[in-house]
Amino acid sequence: MAAGAEERGHRHGVRATLPLSIAVLGFGVSFGVLARAAGMGGVAPIVMSGTTFAGSAQFAATSVVSAGGTVATAVVAAVLLNARYAPIGVSVAPYLTGPWWSRFLHAQLVVDESWAISAEGDGRYNPRVLLGAGLTLYAAWVGGTTLGVLFGNVIGDPNRLGLDAAFPALFLGLLAPQLTSTRSKQAAALGALIALVLTPIAPPGVPIVAASAACLLGWRR
Amino acid sequence: MTDTWLVVGLVGGATMLIKAIGPILLGGRALPPGVSRLIGLLAPALLAALVAISTFGYGSSLVIDERVLGVAAGGIAVWRKAPILLVVVIAACVTAVARALL
Repeated sequence: MAAGAEERGHRHGVRATLPLSIAVLGFGVSFGVLARAAGMGGVAPIVMSGTTFAGSAQFAATSVVSAGGTVATAVVAAVLLNARYAPIGVSVAPYLTGPWWSRFLHAQLVVDESWAISAEGDGRYNPRVLLGAGLTLYAAWVGGTTLGVLFGNVIGDPNRLGLDAAFPALFLGLLAPQLTSTRSKQAAALGALIALVLTPIAPPGVPIVAASAACLLGWRR
Repeated sequence: MTDTWLVVGLVGGATMLIKAIGPILLGGRALPPGVSRLIGLLAPALLAALVAISTFGYGSSLVIDERVLGVAAGGIAVWRKAPILLVVVIAACVTAVARALL
């Protein structure tokens, strides 16, 4: 990878993540607005952003609760949406050294964006970039949630501003540098195909985890 | 209210475990070469899946709406090597404008 020749450090993680943080902050605001409107109160949404730190799962759990669903349904929906973090966790595991509590804390900072930014190509990950990027995104997410809870009635729904299209574009920007070989392009195409085919027939979250099966293309040399 | 806190606690706890399981069990150990070749393809596969679902997904159906225009514009910006913030702003603006006009 281009930037990977010398050591990339924490600061690189912070700098590379700042532009994304603006989108994540906006997404955090929308979570705060929505959770408050769903009757979660003011503190619970902020605590949830601080402990779960995974946008789509939080939106899903909140919408289940506000629609009168059971606690179990909400938890299952969130677990399915976050299931991709199991293989993602395995991918960064070799680069997280240190005592178990330090590995545990680093692991909490792994979200799609910090993971993609810390990728150095060929399945290698930079733990310092991950830490810098993860902390920046964490601040944006929890800060955004707090703003949404406090000023939701003034701000309104940020999706009006096209924020829902900001995320696919953001992921596209993170995907582009990963497409370095024919094999990685094939994996991307297959991953997208699996996800789209399963979306109408599987519960939310399952299509994304299932897309990780596309990396089995790596068995063939 | 109690249900809310139960959901917050359980979802938070479950997510922490899912994220931590790999690093806690395998932390610092190299994966076998065969496995790391697969793991190298995980980022393109998962990121492409996220692009696809966040562009076309609407609950459990697939739709084509204003987001497609925004993402297409963002895609052109990515291809022209625009900085990521510009990519995101272009995608959001195109979508918002399309939504206001269409």
